[in-house]
Amino acid sequence: MKRAFPIFAALTALLLAYAFYEAIWVAPMERTMGDVQRIFYYHVPSAWTAFLLFFVNLVASIIYLVRRNAKADAVAVVAAEVGVLFCTVVLVTGPIWARPVWGIWWTWDIRLTTTLVLWLIYVSYLVLRRFSESSQTPKLAAVLAVLGALDVPLVYFSIWFFRTQHPQPVIGGGGSIDPRMLHVLLINWLAFSCLAFLLCWVRYRLEWLERKVEEAQALESLLGDTVPSSQSAPVKLPPEKTQSSMGPQ
Amino acid sequence: MNSIKFLYAAYIATWLIHGLYVGSLVRRYRRLKRQMNDLGK
Repeated sequence: MKRAFPIFAALTALLLAYAFYEAIWVAPMERTMGDVQRIFYYHVPSAWTAFLLFFVNLVASIIYLVRRNAKADAVAVVAAEVGVLFCTVVLVTGPIWARPVWGIWWTWDIRLTTTLVLWLIYVSYLVLRRFSESSQTPKLAAVLAVLGALDVPLVYFSIWFFRTQHPQPVIGGGGSIDPRMLHVLLINWLAFSCLAFLLCWVRYRLEWLERKVEEAQALESLLGDTVPSSQSAPVKLPPEKTQSSMGPQ
Repeated sequence: MNSIKFLYAAYIATWLIHGLYVGSLVRRYRRLKRQMNDLGK
């Protein structure tokens, strides 16, 4: 595992560079929108990756609610955080595309509004996880995640079932796409999925370390309360924990 | 339509957001390492 991380990180960087090259120089220019259409190669894969991560968050939250598994809880937090990151990219790149194409930065269209609501739900989830110190927090957050996940199909299918200004889906639905554009889109999705996996990997290690440190601090304060400080035994983390690097071991 | 600046803006914004997130992970790791060192003393 120690070697796997840098190798995977290097491969992801290469794939992202290749995907960028394909998006800018290889994909054909769209006739009506021109170069601004290339934003689509970052916007759509980021949205798909965010949906995937929110789905992981949903599954992990259900596992936590059923089994009270701490690892599932950690996976849920990590997936939500990285999912919010990708959803932020969607909400930022969307208006940058809309300005030259629609002439406006934002409209309260069903797709845009449900995406903003989705982002707000998962930001609320993260705020709850960060600032609530109750022992019930993981359970409450898992319930919020399950309810919040209901918004994901609403976002995805909103352009199928409602009249909307947003373009139709490129795969399935009423939209169509040049095969060369589809190829570039899928390469970018693969690259962003690898990036998301890499970020989740690092963030998961960090989450575990944070939990271990919190446990050790709680133990230390407990020992500090019961034994005079001069006699209290120092609390030490295992050597591999104290010397661990940022990357997974 | 001078759309190229919007293309640049979107790509730069994407990498800026990812860069800020990676920066926040590094900061959190450093703080954690400091806490671990304090616990080790």
